[in-house]
Amino acid sequence: MTSGGSRLVIPLGVATGAALLTGLYTGLVGAPADAVQGEVQRIMYLHVPTVLSAYLAFTVVFVGSVGYLLTRREGWDILAHASAEIGVLFTALTIAAGAIWGKPTWGAWWTWDARITTTTILLLIYLGYLMLRAAVEDRARGARYAAVVGILGFLDIPVIHKSVEWWRTLHQPSSLARGAIDPVFQLPLMVNLAAFALLYAFLLAQRVGVGRLEAEILRRRLEE
Amino acid sequence: MSAGQVWALARKDLLTEGRSKETLNGLLFFAALVLLIFGFALGPDPARLEQAAPGILWVGFILTGVLGLTRAFQVERENECLEGLLLYPGDRGALYLGKLLGNVVLMLLLELTVFPCFAFFYNMPLWGALPGLLLTALLGTVGFAAVGTLFAAMTMHLRAREVMFPLLLLPFVVPVLLAAVKGTEAFLRGAGRAEAFPWLTLLGLFDLVFVTVSLFAFEWVVEE
Repeated sequence: MTSGGSRLVIPLGVATGAALLTGLYTGLVGAPADAVQGEVQRIMYLHVPTVLSAYLAFTVVFVGSVGYLLTRREGWDILAHASAEIGVLFTALTIAAGAIWGKPTWGAWWTWDARITTTTILLLIYLGYLMLRAAVEDRARGARYAAVVGILGFLDIPVIHKSVEWWRTLHQPSSLARGAIDPVFQLPLMVNLAAFALLYAFLLAQRVGVGRLEAEILRRRLEE
Repeated sequence: MSAGQVWALARKDLLTEGRSKETLNGLLFFAALVLLIFGFALGPDPARLEQAAPGILWVGFILTGVLGLTRAFQVERENECLEGLLLYPGDRGALYLGKLLGNVVLMLLLELTVFPCFAFFYNMPLWGALPGLLLTALLGTVGFAAVGTLFAAMTMHLRAREVMFPLLLLPFVVPVLLAAVKGTEAFLRGAGRAEAFPWLTLLGLFDLVFVTVSLFAFEWVVEE
């Protein structure tokens, strides 16, 4: 009997739950409201962790895709597929949170700004990745095609980013990278970053488990 | 892989097209229609049309390109020609480069014919800007066709290929569109090389990266 989930799932789940609760508390209660932006600035504690986790997820898609094409082991493909789904979820969350923040701050849900557009193009590329998988009937062929898209998509990210950045920029540069963030905001942000990284790992472990079960079902059906 | 193999493949495609002119005539008509439709959609205000013109030109090229690339592989699908090509001794890379070369030449022919229509409908002084415009068209077309040829080969066997192909391709070529439009705009305004140069560099870089990566990836796409 093959078990889908790994032993990691339960401890990971507990750790993720605890980290998310701590993150929520430090972000919503512990940290002071921003002097200029007010309460709405607290969206940052969701927005930044989701986008960084999404980048992590797409990096894992790239690694899984390369791993699959080199070794042809199904595990790599299941990993890449699982990670792409979570990446798409996190990217969509990032854009939604950004829009909710943008409306009161910039006065618009959407602007044609460099980072927003880059993130949206990323979302579209990986949605395409998932749709392609669904459209190809043969499993091995679908895995191969998806791996190619996973690799090309990852390589396209810096080019898209550079081109859109030259095209126009309104978004503030990363406060984290510039070190321009006050410690009272930095601590809750770090807690939330850790919490969302854990959430990513938890969802990934779950989704990989489901992926393995799917592969197992398919194998048994073929044996019959 | 030899230049001879690449040329033989491209020559085959161009010869077939040259004798039937099936694709080229249709695409030319379509491209001219796109130029007209945008004119109607934006209204007759000359200032507005002039501002939008570079974008319209490239949307025309890209939409026509999507149709053209779909056709290029439809031809190979009928009678299982691609399978035949794959049976020939010789590098799969040559097959990719040959298809790419054929597609690029076809698209460039089309663009050369669209430029006068564009100058005519949008009242654009083309003569002075022509060398710059052609260079931009060449670099943009190579980048678009590099990813397009790979994805067309990937989606040719899918049932939903007409939908999947543009859906996968368009987000990938956003940098090409941005850079080509900006480059075209700079040359049309007579702003000179200095302003267009960064965009042309970006296009060149995109071409280099994606022709190389697609060359390797093609092997994985066509393997059985």
